This record gives sequence, C-alpha cells and structure tokens, in this order.
Amino acid sequence: MGRYVIRRLLQMIPVFFGATLLIFLMVNVMGDPIAGLCGDRQCDPATAAQLEKEFGLDKPVWQQYLTYMGNVFTGDFGTAFNGQEVTELMANAFPVTIRLTIVAIFFEIVIGISLGVLTGLKRGRPVDTSVLLLTLVVISVPTFVTGLLLQLLLGVKWGWIKPAVSSEATFDELIVPGLVLASVSLAYVTRLTRTSIAENKRADYVRTAVAKGLPRHRVITRHLLRNSLIPVVTFIGTDIGALMGGAIVTERIFNIHGVGYQLYQGILRQNTQTVVGFVTVLVLVFLVANLLVDLLYAVLDPRIRYA
Amino acid sequence: MSDTTQKTDTAVDNPAGPTAPAPAPAKQDKTRSLAQDAFRDLVRNKMFIISAVLIFVIVTIAAFPGLFTSVDPLACDLKHSMEGPSGSAWFGYNFQGCDVYSQTIYGTRNSVIVGVLTTAFSLVIGGLVGVLGGFFGKWTDALLSFVTNVFFGLPLLLAAIVILNNFRDDKGMRNAGVMAVVLTLTVVGWMSMARVMRGAVMQVKQADYVAAARSLGASTSRMMFRHVLPNSITPLIVVATISLGAVIGAEATLSFLGIGIRPPAISWGVMISEAQGRISSGLHPLLFPSGMLTITVLAFIMLGDAVRDAFDPKLR
Repeated sequence: MGRYVIRRLLQMIPVFFGATLLIFLMVNVMGDPIAGLCGDRQCDPATAAQLEKEFGLDKPVWQQYLTYMGNVFTGDFGTAFNGQEVTELMANAFPVTIRLTIVAIFFEIVIGISLGVLTGLKRGRPVDTSVLLLTLVVISVPTFVTGLLLQLLLGVKWGWIKPAVSSEATFDELIVPGLVLASVSLAYVTRLTRTSIAENKRADYVRTAVAKGLPRHRVITRHLLRNSLIPVVTFIGTDIGALMGGAIVTERIFNIHGVGYQLYQGILRQNTQTVVGFVTVLVLVFLVANLLVDLLYAVLDPRIRYA
Repeated sequence: MSDTTQKTDTAVDNPAGPTAPAPAPAKQDKTRSLAQDAFRDLVRNKMFIISAVLIFVIVTIAAFPGLFTSVDPLACDLKHSMEGPSGSAWFGYNFQGCDVYSQTIYGTRNSVIVGVLTTAFSLVIGGLVGVLGGFFGKWTDALLSFVTNVFFGLPLLLAAIVILNNFRDDKGMRNAGVMAVVLTLTVVGWMSMARVMRGAVMQVKQADYVAAARSLGASTSRMMFRHVLPNSITPLIVVATISLGAVIGAEATLSFLGIGIRPPAISWGVMISEAQGRISSGLHPLLFPSGMLTITVLAFIMLGDAVRDAFDPKLR
C-alpha cells in the first residue's frame, strides 16, 4: 500500500508540472500580462518596459516559470497587480468554494445514488423510465439556465431563498447553488449507479446472499451496492476537481465570491499571478482527488490489493 | 466478422408457426455484418428515430434559416421591446425589440457550426493520438498518455476562458469569432476521445486478424488503417455524438460568461446572455433559445445512446 502511494505520488509530479507550465504559457505567452495594468488603453512603451522589468517579464519564459515555481514552493504565490497577496485572495475564496463543493457532492451522493439504486432495481418499470427521462432532461438543460430559473423562481418570485449569497456564504445559503452546481453530475451519478446495479443484480454473490436468507436491505446495501459503487466513486472523485473549477457559472449567477469568481475576475483583468496561482492549486486538488479515488477502490472491493 | 452458419440453423429450426413471433427476424438473414445488424436495431429504436428527425430539422434550420422565417433577425424596433409571444412574432420580442423567433432560427447556424467543427477536429486529433498511443505502445504511448493527462489536469472551462480572452478584434475589444471558439474548445476537449480510442485500439490490436495480417507481411500503416481503425472506431463515434451536444452547451456557457461569440453575431448562447439581465421583466427571450439549446443537446445525447446500444454486443 505504502509503495503504491509513493509510486502514484511520483507519477503525479510530471503531470503537475506539465499542467502548470501549460497554464503559465497560455497566460504569459499567448496573452499580454501587462496589458491589464493600463486599463483598456495600450500601455505606452516606456511604462511597459518599466513594468516588464519590475515583474521580471523581460527574462525568458522558462526562467520566469522556474522562478515562479520556486516561489510557489516557499508558499509565495506572488501579488496580484492591485497589490493584494494572492495567498490572501485564496484564503478568502477557497473556503467558500469548498463549502459549495461539499454541498454539491452531498447532493450527488445522497440523491444520485438513491435514485440510481431505485431505478436499477426496478429496471423497465415506469419509475425507471421516468427517472431516466428526467436525467436526460437535466443533462441537456445548461447549468446557467437551471441556475437563472431557480434564482428567479425561488429567490425573486417566491422569496424562499435570498437571490444573492452574502459574503459569509454559510452552508444554508449554499443549498440551492450547490444543487444547481451538482445537477448535471447528479444525473450522471444516477445513470451510472443504475447501470452498475442492474448489471450486478444478476451476479452469483447476490443470489448466494439471497439464498442464505439475508434480509433484503442487507443484500442491497452490503453486497449489491458496495460492489456497484466503483464506477460511481471514480466519477465523483474526478468530479471534485471539475466542480471546483467549473463553479464559475454558478458563482456568477448567485454572486458567490469563491474561486470561480476570483478566477473570472483575474482572467478578465489579465491578472496573471491570480490566474496561475489559483489554477496551480486546482490542478493539485484534481490530482490528489484522483489518487484518493484509487485508494478507495481497495476499501470498496477487498479483491483489489495494492502491493 | 460475419458469422453466416450460426444464423441459418435457427432459420431451419424455426417452425414458422404464427405463435412464435420472436425469432421471426432470423428468417431471411443470411449474411449480416455487425454494422447491418446495428442498423436494423437502430431503425426499430424509437429514441433513434426521434433524435434523427430532430437533428435533421435542426441541421436544415442551420443550413437554410430563410426557409423558416422571413423576418430579419437584426431588424429591431424598440417600440416592440419585451412584447410577449403573439401571432406576428411567435416567440415575442427581446429588450432591443428584435424578433426572438427569427433570432433563434438564425442563431442555430453558429451553434451547430461550433458543435460540428469542434467535434470533427477533436475526433481527428483525439483519434490520431489514441490510435498512435494504443497501436505502438511503449514510449509513444507513455508520451501521448502524459500529454493527455496534462491537458486533463486543467479545468476545462477555465482553460477555455484563458485562451479565448486573448482574442481581440481590430478595435482591441474582447471578441472571439466562431473559429476562435471552435479551436479553443478543440484544444481543451480532445482528451476524452483520445482515451476512448486508445482503449479500443489496445483491445483490437490483440485480435487474430491483426496477427494474421502481420504474419502475411502487411505494413504497419496497412494494419493500422485497414484492420485496427475500422474495428475500433465505434466507441469513438458514440463519444463524438454525445459530446457534440456537450460542445454546443459549452459554446453557450462561454457566450453566457460574455467571452465566446459576441453580438452582433447571433447564437443561442449570445441570446441567453443578453436575456439574463432582463429576466425579471420577461422570461420569453430566455426560454425560447434555452429550449432550442436543450432540445438540440438532448437529440445528440439520445442519438449517441441509441448508437451505443445498437453496437454494444453485451446487450444482445
């Protein structure tokens, strides 16, 4: 187990550097990092040269990248162009988005898996068909339409929730935004669980469990569900990274000041340090989540052993 | 590929009685390839028929918008601002007083172009990466898998915004044309195709007919393109169909964030983005393009599902 984890960690290192280099190049080479400093006008050449020198932008790109990465590993993500520390922005933004992601994952697990088990067991019945159609519709409606409509109906028309989330962004304020963020993945989780359950329902170990006279709920939870969860866990694990990065739309609709909001502002204002810093952390989250998923396999299925 | 003998047995055994309708289709088939089999399945699948008809209509709208409306989508009259649906304007007017029906019809083209071109490019890039990695294995595979993983590590939507943000029009304003959106979505979206293709190729590579071709002295390119590729491309086609819908949704999301296609160009995403600010004074400018978008995405997902069911031998 220990050796497996170390091998996986070593494999993660090149991917981490590759992905961060890619985003670094996208921002610094394709874009113009100092363009954002002079507002919508062009910088005059003297100012531009001065600024480039100040931020070390006159050096070759590989040197800039190495300097940046060196700083990151000492905990220095640089300063945004408005003088605020990027780490300070992160300290404000990440807790909000993590709460939002927790709410979303909670909905995916509770609603998605329950609906999946229900439809998988009743395959072909009316419940199954209607839930399946519903998931298709949920997948097809774009997240921002779901978000705007829920905000309008629940927030403005009926007044059940506040249309905009306050800067504290407590859990109860994040219920509806979390549901919106989760909606598409929730539908996928339902479909995945359904397929997996329907496949495993005919497995020998399920028949054995039933023949032993185990109560139905025990057969379903301990035998059927546990064995059917592997593809679902994979999906939810990879989804953690996607949810945190993809919250841009949801955070914009509900005015949540999380990672997506900061990144969006950073990109529009060409705030290089903010964008690269946040994406670096998101890449790390994505890689670690994937590793945890692989380790969870062994917990779910004792036949899988990591030497 | 074709199992001729197996099916003729059942045809002989079949008593041809009216009480046994189930094995009836086995009657006249002698040689049927997997593709023919799948096609017969598809034609009988209601989901396939519905989605195929929907896609045909959507593509017709995209190609010939003039057939569906005679109203100029950019001829807007402020005196009609936010008027609801009526006999003269089926979907009503938006805030600028433009005809929502006409805009929805004319917006179809850009959305469909983005979907089709992005998927085609991703299919080529992802397919190529997958075939090369899966077929040659060893360091080729290691390198290509590494590149795929690196692109996978980036959050998709974020990378798309970062790239698109660099496109400016001649006035220096943020404005990405249709092609810029296509290229960006291709760059951030080819990876899943590569993974699917790689998996399929690695499976097919082990097959006896590939070994036979190799021992007969077939060249590498002949083995790859005549034997491996045709037999491993189905999963790729399925993923491409489903992702075509997803790409159209992604285009709309980028436009919604104000960073993809910009007005005066029309797309469903642009319309939804313009409508969201006035959502409390009228829902119709939001609902109609969203509806079209949803139907289109749904049609492609259903088509992909139907094709997968038809080609998946496990479900037979």
